[in-house]
Amino acid sequence: MDIVAGQLFTGLSIGSILLLAALGLSLTFGQMGVINMAHGEFIMAGSYTAFVVQQVVSSAGLSLFVSLFVGFLVGGALGVLLEVTLIRRMYHRPLDTLLVTFGVGLLLQQATRDIFGAPAVNVVAPEWLSGGVEIAGAVVPKTRLFILALAVACVIVLICTMKYTSMGRRIRAVVQNRDLAETVGISSRRTDVTTFFLGSGLAGLAGVALTLIGSTSPTIGQSYLIDAFLVVVIGGLGRIEGAVIAALALGLLNSFIEYSTTASIAKVIVFVLIVIFLQVRPQGLFAVRTRSLV
Amino acid sequence: MTVARSRFATSAAALVAVGLTLTACGSKAGESTDAGAAGSASCLDTSGDTVKVGSLNSLSGTMAISEVTVRDSIALAVEEINADGGVLGKQIEIVAEDGASEPTVFAEKAEKLISSDCVAAVFGGWTSSSRKAMLPVFEDRDALLYYPVQYEGLESSSNIFYTGATTNQQIVPALDYLKEQGVRSIYLVGSDYVFPQTANRIIRAYADANGIEIRGEDYTPLGSTDFSTIVNKVRTADADAVFNTLNGDSNVAFFREYTNAGLTAQDMPVVSVSIAEEEVVGIGAQNIEGQLTAWNYYQTVESPENTSFVEAYKARYGADKPTSDPMEAAYTSVYLWKNTVEKAGSFAVDDIQAAADGVSFDAPEGTVTIDGDNHHITKTARIGEIRSDGLIYTVWESDGAIDPDPYLETYDWAASLSGN
Repeated sequence: MDIVAGQLFTGLSIGSILLLAALGLSLTFGQMGVINMAHGEFIMAGSYTAFVVQQVVSSAGLSLFVSLFVGFLVGGALGVLLEVTLIRRMYHRPLDTLLVTFGVGLLLQQATRDIFGAPAVNVVAPEWLSGGVEIAGAVVPKTRLFILALAVACVIVLICTMKYTSMGRRIRAVVQNRDLAETVGISSRRTDVTTFFLGSGLAGLAGVALTLIGSTSPTIGQSYLIDAFLVVVIGGLGRIEGAVIAALALGLLNSFIEYSTTASIAKVIVFVLIVIFLQVRPQGLFAVRTRSLV
Repeated sequence: MTVARSRFATSAAALVAVGLTLTACGSKAGESTDAGAAGSASCLDTSGDTVKVGSLNSLSGTMAISEVTVRDSIALAVEEINADGGVLGKQIEIVAEDGASEPTVFAEKAEKLISSDCVAAVFGGWTSSSRKAMLPVFEDRDALLYYPVQYEGLESSSNIFYTGATTNQQIVPALDYLKEQGVRSIYLVGSDYVFPQTANRIIRAYADANGIEIRGEDYTPLGSTDFSTIVNKVRTADADAVFNTLNGDSNVAFFREYTNAGLTAQDMPVVSVSIAEEEVVGIGAQNIEGQLTAWNYYQTVESPENTSFVEAYKARYGADKPTSDPMEAAYTSVYLWKNTVEKAGSFAVDDIQAAADGVSFDAPEGTVTIDGDNHHITKTARIGEIRSDGLIYTVWESDGAIDPDPYLETYDWAASLSGN
């Protein structure tokens, strides 16, 4: 019983981590269609922000919350910088964007290595997040509970932003029909920048959260990038609900398959399942229906 | 249009994902390298008052973390020797090359160092795949490589001197120690590549012969960051100890998960063979305090040789830089080469090979001696405990230096392994 509970929670936890990593991407890639290979490095920037903040704010508990905020801003700022300098010039050229952002990612990685050194740095988790809680016979690390809660909070805030704020409505309008949105007076340029800020900021936020469980090294972002893209593709481009379901499904699949086989085999099986799924449903779980005529 | 574009984006993203996965696999696959035309005589020129040696380490890529420190300790040893009058009256000049964490690059650069830089010997290499890629080059060119890292054994070449531990100087003593401590069941966790798999085969053979039960064996892809499932498995298995052959950043995620799941060094100690002083920093001493490691050298080893090595290293590279086992083995390898050259009275490969047997050096880890038959060196095994200051302290050490036995021929229980 405690095994099932343990793996169930592990699955939820993996899912929530994937979701955090993918949430920003569901905006920049899902909504805007920009394949941003530097998204992983925005995650990394968030992680290193947590490290830097911890050098300044010595209380680990306080520094975590400060980092979440600063990490969001740092990620967002990097995103805006990238959008304004490069990506803006390459809309409608997805392959060029892909290569350029991949290059930017490598630059950021190397810069981090030069500034902070190649070995992983240590971000100390706050005292109140150390250890675990027993739930239904399984010991659940508190750090993972925190990440789960953070992911839920991010999803709720993001969905509300998209649904109920004028900014969200503008973003959706531009996604559904850029020309029509412009004719009613929405600046699609400014909306693009806002979307990119939000998406990249969420990557930074994810980076801060990831320091609680993994290593903070220059390659941290890379290890989550592919999984994040998969979540968005499976969920269906442009649909946050899709990303949520896809992330949880991948997490649960992973945890149960890994428990009964091995980590390497589980990865293979999950990839095969994804390929089959995309054969059957290339548009993902949900597809955005638009009335766009073009 | 929107639909068409997003379809395109979907397939492009899928392509990228596949592409990245393939590159990741490809970089591990490239092991065999044709060394090209063989057998040319060495172009080593010893008429001047300097002699060149190669230092071949990954200065970029994933392995740079570890290999840069090896390069630094090689340079330190060379500086010390030069300040002391050099080798056979000649000053040593280092030709440094970057292996870029790619076995094929290691092979190319080795070729370059031998045939265009005409070096007397090459020091470096870290991963087993880099060594295996360089091996045919050194054999074809009849040159010398000094390889400073512990490895999985089952190899011996007259063109390579192995100054790191082979399995009977690291893994076997660690198992002896666990058995002595009353451990009757272990769980194996490792990264999915050659070293952990080979090491675990040896551990299984040992366990079978010594009545130790293996409760589970799990591998994760290199760079894996999620260990919640494995930690759940380890917890349920309730073994007396965990034997950890994970490599690199995975250790950070593993130990954080392990500690947060409430498992401690008291309940279920973890013995690691790839965590040295530098890695402890990234893991965070608070997450790994009390856990065990198996090596031949720690910064805290008490000997006059080590005191001066640590002081010299810190003076040269910074007071916050710890010294670790592979660094010490690299430092030692330069001195062993020097001592062999001086014994042979020559820089020629043949003369060095002939003179190598019995050459020794008072290394920071203790006196080491080259075994002329298998080109490994004698080493003292040490089990260390990681403390809160991030350093590792010896809790057990072997009676003197252990003779190298890369094929485990002197161990009855290992008979089944040599078939491979």
